[in-house]
Amino acid sequence: MSTAAMTPMGFSRAQVARIYWKEAKYELLKMSRMKTYALSVLGFPVMFYVLFGLLLNSREQALGGTTVPSYLIASYGTFGVMGTSLFGTAAALASERGLGWLQLKRASPMPPAAYFAAKVAMSMVFSALVVTLLMTLGVVFGGVHLTPLIAIKLLAILVAGSLPFAALGLGVGYFAGPNSATGVINLIYLPISFCSGLWVPYMFLPKFLRQFAHVLPSYHLSQLGLSLFGAGQQEPAATHWEVLLAFTLICLGLARIGFQRDKGKSYG
Amino acid sequence: MASAVADWGVKTRPAGSAAVAELEGVSKSYGQTRALSGVNLTVRAGELVALLGPNGAGKTTAVKLMLGLLPPDAGKVRVFGQDPTQPANRVRTGTMLQVGRAPETLRVREHIDLFSSYYPAPMPMDAVLAAAGLTGLEDRLFADLSGGQRQRVLFALAICGNPDLLFLDEPTAGLDVEARRMVWEQVRRLLGQGKSVLLTTHYLEEADALADRIVVIHKGGIIAEGTAEEIKARTTGRKMRFRSALTLADLQRMPGVTSVREDRDAFELTTAAPESVARELLLRDTTLSGLEITSAGLEEAFLSLTRKD
Repeated sequence: MSTAAMTPMGFSRAQVARIYWKEAKYELLKMSRMKTYALSVLGFPVMFYVLFGLLLNSREQALGGTTVPSYLIASYGTFGVMGTSLFGTAAALASERGLGWLQLKRASPMPPAAYFAAKVAMSMVFSALVVTLLMTLGVVFGGVHLTPLIAIKLLAILVAGSLPFAALGLGVGYFAGPNSATGVINLIYLPISFCSGLWVPYMFLPKFLRQFAHVLPSYHLSQLGLSLFGAGQQEPAATHWEVLLAFTLICLGLARIGFQRDKGKSYG
Repeated sequence: MASAVADWGVKTRPAGSAAVAELEGVSKSYGQTRALSGVNLTVRAGELVALLGPNGAGKTTAVKLMLGLLPPDAGKVRVFGQDPTQPANRVRTGTMLQVGRAPETLRVREHIDLFSSYYPAPMPMDAVLAAAGLTGLEDRLFADLSGGQRQRVLFALAICGNPDLLFLDEPTAGLDVEARRMVWEQVRRLLGQGKSVLLTTHYLEEADALADRIVVIHKGGIIAEGTAEEIKARTTGRKMRFRSALTLADLQRMPGVTSVREDRDAFELTTAAPESVARELLLRDTTLSGLEITSAGLEEAFLSLTRKD
């Protein structure tokens, strides 16, 4: 039993980086092979966009300061990155907790942060994918004018903006059971999407809903996206980012409470 | 529960055998339930300690404390002399827990590759596959494996990092005889390499087959500790097995009989005076057949130890 080469702190930087990389890589592989996840988080936004953005409206029709296909890239893009993040983190986390898998990971030398970073990274990859799909469809079929700069900005905003929802997913995953996590996510996801104006555009929502939308992170994220097309409510970007940041911190706090709570529990 | 922790005279190890894992005066409760009470447990370098007890005895809690997954309410937990709640020492340990499932959409070799990456000097993939009996299955998705194959993947994850200390929580549960023997063979090979093992089990045969030392745990307290021979010696007497026309009631009333039960078409009887019981049986039942007299097994020792509580 050699005690050489076992420093008290364990890992070299290179090894830590490798662990984070592999954790993220396998999380991505794992979720890509889950048809229920991959097909639905990519499929639904694409389907809705094709239906409402391309088929049912003419490409020149105006909406909120821009054309319909452009407007809907931002709103369905927001909807899409919410879905990838919420479902990507919550369901897997809840089920891995409930089955004792997370305990095995915690008993291993894996740094716990790598596990969560991997889930967030995976959801960001899928978020980027869904936004890219929508942009491609919009440009090719919807006559959307996207300069490379705007495309990159939109991608960056929506992917960064998916972080609050990944955080929310982690929070839900820590408190929900393995069978109920998806249900809880749906109960959150669909109503707040609607109330943020991601389905019926914000301008057409009744007044009390429009007021309520301002507490929703999804509203703020979609507004950031819309502003790139010259659409949306023209509110200062800083406000939107602040709300998203605050929301992220609250959710991370929740997830951390759940993490600590799990330490004292015994599963089976 | 302090009164239930009997002093069975632990056999001392030769000096220089360092403790790799220890619980010292550890207590742990979950809410109102007392899971462990004043438990002392030591695993020394190069030995296999079997923690033996029925379900709910506290075995898994003891393991989780040693893994640093839970803090003790009282007492000290040390693994390699350090506090196991700090992740740094986990590079020297490998674990097999009773998990419901691993992620189903990853392949066997992907699971192993990921866990291997947590360790500084892991075993090569081929060696891990061979040791766990998974050669040929490396590209299979976890979802497509049988129950026994899944257990073997979990075993692979425990050994892939080439750890110095292994925690195996019921490692052969649900495995068929052949797979169980294979795991035993691998565990013996690992012991031969100088590794240390803490094994929990309720299979007495497994404890008997593998353990240098058996620690019997019951209702959160250690009630016996020693080699398999020492523990068997705690129960005096012999086991007699035979087929007889006598009834269970007849046999229970016979003098010198400690206990008797039916086992399919035969009786199993424990007694401290086998010769006089045998004489009595042969006198009273001339149709007696299939008579075997053996020393009391670990099961009898275990039952009598736990019955004392």
